[in-house]
Amino acid sequence: MNVLFLLAAGAAVVSSLAAITRSNVLHAILYLIVSFASIAVIFYLLGAPFIAALEIITYAGAIMVLFLFAVMLLNLGGSAIDQERQWQPLAAWIGPAIAGLLILGELLYILMRHWPVGKSGTIVPSVEVGRTLFLRYFIGVELAAMLLLAALLGAGRLGRRDRTLAVKQGGGHDADSL
Amino acid sequence: MTPIPFEQTLILAAVLFVIGLAGVLARRNLLLMLLSIEIMLNAAGLVFIAGGARFNKPEGQVMFLFILAVAAAEVTIGLALILRQDHCARTLDADAADRLRD
Repeated sequence: MNVLFLLAAGAAVVSSLAAITRSNVLHAILYLIVSFASIAVIFYLLGAPFIAALEIITYAGAIMVLFLFAVMLLNLGGSAIDQERQWQPLAAWIGPAIAGLLILGELLYILMRHWPVGKSGTIVPSVEVGRTLFLRYFIGVELAAMLLLAALLGAGRLGRRDRTLAVKQGGGHDADSL
Repeated sequence: MTPIPFEQTLILAAVLFVIGLAGVLARRNLLLMLLSIEIMLNAAGLVFIAGGARFNKPEGQVMFLFILAVAAAEVTIGLALILRQDHCARTLDADAADRLRD
């Protein structure tokens, strides 16, 4: 049956839960890569092999590498983990857990009321996807290109090193922890 | 390929979305908040893919491609802002983000 689906779904849920609860940011990122990989398996099982490949390449590959580089640039020392523990006492999870369970209950209730019947498993061919994308939704492709260009320029502007500020403040995280 | 019940995929997407939401609400570290937003975006994409497979339409996958582009742009700007805040305020605390201008 759909043992593969259930396994991948369980892996996705468990690794996502682990990702949001870790104190070490690097561990969270690695757990999130596992989560993305299992969601890619689900995409494949749903009949979208092209999207599964994109999920691995773009999410688990490019975006997570971006996160890793950010962590490297942030120069987080061992003190960051202790501070993270201090920021996240168990009591900090009560409110979000209640809110999350409430919303999950509502979503499931709506699902139960209008129980969507049907199976997904028909493979939508990638050729069809490409044709739809570049014929019917071409304006979307253009807009996505513009959005990415804007993001590139914005990141370049924001990431520009402000020299006066660097001289004024100096030091890094390690200097703070001393 | 064995068909997967549509509702199971929707339940999984709902669970993943709520996990991401709880992460955004609970964490104080900006990096981890951004990670949680990624989980939520992925859950939304999962619904699109499931819908596309259920109704046998390529639009679901097309929309996922757009979500991918939006996620990439969002992560780029988000990380640039986080690096900027770390540069100015020397902390990743979300509560300290009110001093981003200086």
